[in-house]
Amino acid sequence: MKITKKEVEYVARLARLALSEQEKEKMTAQLDSILQYVDTLNKLDTKDVEPTSHVLPLNNVWREDMIRPSTPQSEILANAPDQAEGFYKVKKVIE
Amino acid sequence: MDLFKLTAHELSEKIKKHEVTSQEITTSVFQRIDAVEPKVKAFVTLLKENALQQAEKIDQKIKAGEKTGSLAGIPIAIKDNMNIKGVKSTCSSKILNNFVSPYNATVIDLLKKQDMVFIGKTNMDEFAMGSSTETSYFGKTYNPWNLEAIPGGSSGGSAASVAADEAILALGSDTGGSIRQPASCCGIVGLKPTYGRVSRFGLVAFASSLDQIGPLTKDVADAALLMNAIASYDQNDSTSVNIPTPDYTKALVKDLNGLRIGIPKEYFVAGMDKEVEQSIRDAIRLLEKQGAKIIEISLPHTEYCLAVYYILAPSEASANLARYDGVKYGYRTPNAKDLLEQYEKTRGEGFGPEVKRRIMLGTYALSSGYYDAYYLKAQKVRTLIKNDFDEAFKKVDAIVTPTAPTAAFKIGEKTEDPLQMYLSDIFTISVNLAGIPAMSMPCGFTKNKMPIGLQIMAKHFAEETIFKVAYAYEQNTAWHKEKPSL
Repeated sequence: MKITKKEVEYVARLARLALSEQEKEKMTAQLDSILQYVDTLNKLDTKDVEPTSHVLPLNNVWREDMIRPSTPQSEILANAPDQAEGFYKVKKVIE
Repeated sequence: MDLFKLTAHELSEKIKKHEVTSQEITTSVFQRIDAVEPKVKAFVTLLKENALQQAEKIDQKIKAGEKTGSLAGIPIAIKDNMNIKGVKSTCSSKILNNFVSPYNATVIDLLKKQDMVFIGKTNMDEFAMGSSTETSYFGKTYNPWNLEAIPGGSSGGSAASVAADEAILALGSDTGGSIRQPASCCGIVGLKPTYGRVSRFGLVAFASSLDQIGPLTKDVADAALLMNAIASYDQNDSTSVNIPTPDYTKALVKDLNGLRIGIPKEYFVAGMDKEVEQSIRDAIRLLEKQGAKIIEISLPHTEYCLAVYYILAPSEASANLARYDGVKYGYRTPNAKDLLEQYEKTRGEGFGPEVKRRIMLGTYALSSGYYDAYYLKAQKVRTLIKNDFDEAFKKVDAIVTPTAPTAAFKIGEKTEDPLQMYLSDIFTISVNLAGIPAMSMPCGFTKNKMPIGLQIMAKHFAEETIFKVAYAYEQNTAWHKEKPSL
């Protein structure tokens, strides 16, 4: 086994995903088979190979620090699940 | 005449000659939608009223002799992961079910500048994760050639809408084959441009180093026209590349003399679908007859592409999808006691099984203790895959392969086995990992009358080479003129 149900529970907590018992069972089996498949990469020696994160050379992009119009607060808050006094409203963060 | 059946370049000619108006075309397209959409279910949102208003405005502009874009008045469908201001962008997910875009994606602004008409947002695999459009929260899309088959995915709605004549053109996005594989399944043309060629600003991110927007069209000339409209440098996308955009229609010439086309032996393996292989071999012979030089090549790391992709794409996705937490927009669970539970339940209830699977896989591959073994390893093998293509393009100008190992499969056939589903993308994924452009175009049918797709790849920013090969092939065949009977 590449992955256990306990590890699935740990990763689900890292990913902030609530999974049902049934989902955990299924996820364990499916991730296990995918990870077994991915193991094929270990056939390759990559000791001296540089990793590629992007295929094209990327540089940081700068722009002049100029004032530009931004989206109005009301338009952004229009999508908020809950709001109060111009802020997003969520459950208490600090007990 | 049934205007909805025509291509964009045919309709543009008619508009310019004042033979038809955009309103007539748009009305015709919506009549077609009324007739076949109950069977195909390509759309998540239809914008009939807006579209007819837009068409009217564009007609007035044309009538007044004002300057208009080269695709002025042509109706287009947009995959539901691109933002149109004031319209829902759901990514076919419950978690964005009620999300209304506060801004336009750059491609939308560019199409507006061309005076195009937006007819609706198309169905997709949830967050573009899938190869069959079966993971959509809003239900399945059906293949116009056989309503029991999948349309491919993830841009299945866009592909099906064009194949069913419910849209003249469509935009899709391609992370591992999501434009090309559905184009192949639905018998149309689909192009994934070079990474960095088309702005991703306003495209909901799945795997940022792989995602690219591109056209889904009825023929090759339409794909060139749509590329002319959307290929552009954009300050809002830091991975957008600042080089001039050629006029792709100039590449539409019937001349392959001296062009070197590579056939990678790793894409023609024992056990591959006989009908698919036969069609591709026939296509290669035709290209050779047209003057191309056919050269056998090797892309030795092909067998590792799928494994690399299923580490890198979920890893990037797990980071990109962390933003869906029920705080600022989208679905929020009504059943949480505290903030942590709000995050976990919102995401647990808001995402479907495939998205959860990929978030889990990505989180695992990036987690402490596994990063080197999975994520870093995959990035290194990605280098080897890219090197394969660099080497190959020293010897050839284009590479030709099948787009998919089989024609469209039956709905439900692969939903229970994720690995089998992932294998549908085995011929398309390498292109995204290498960042090169590739097209799928119709090259035949199975005996059950399901379309087969030919994939044409070229090196970075050599879309013109692809257009040249595709046009020469298309002008000598009639596959693209066949229509499904709906």
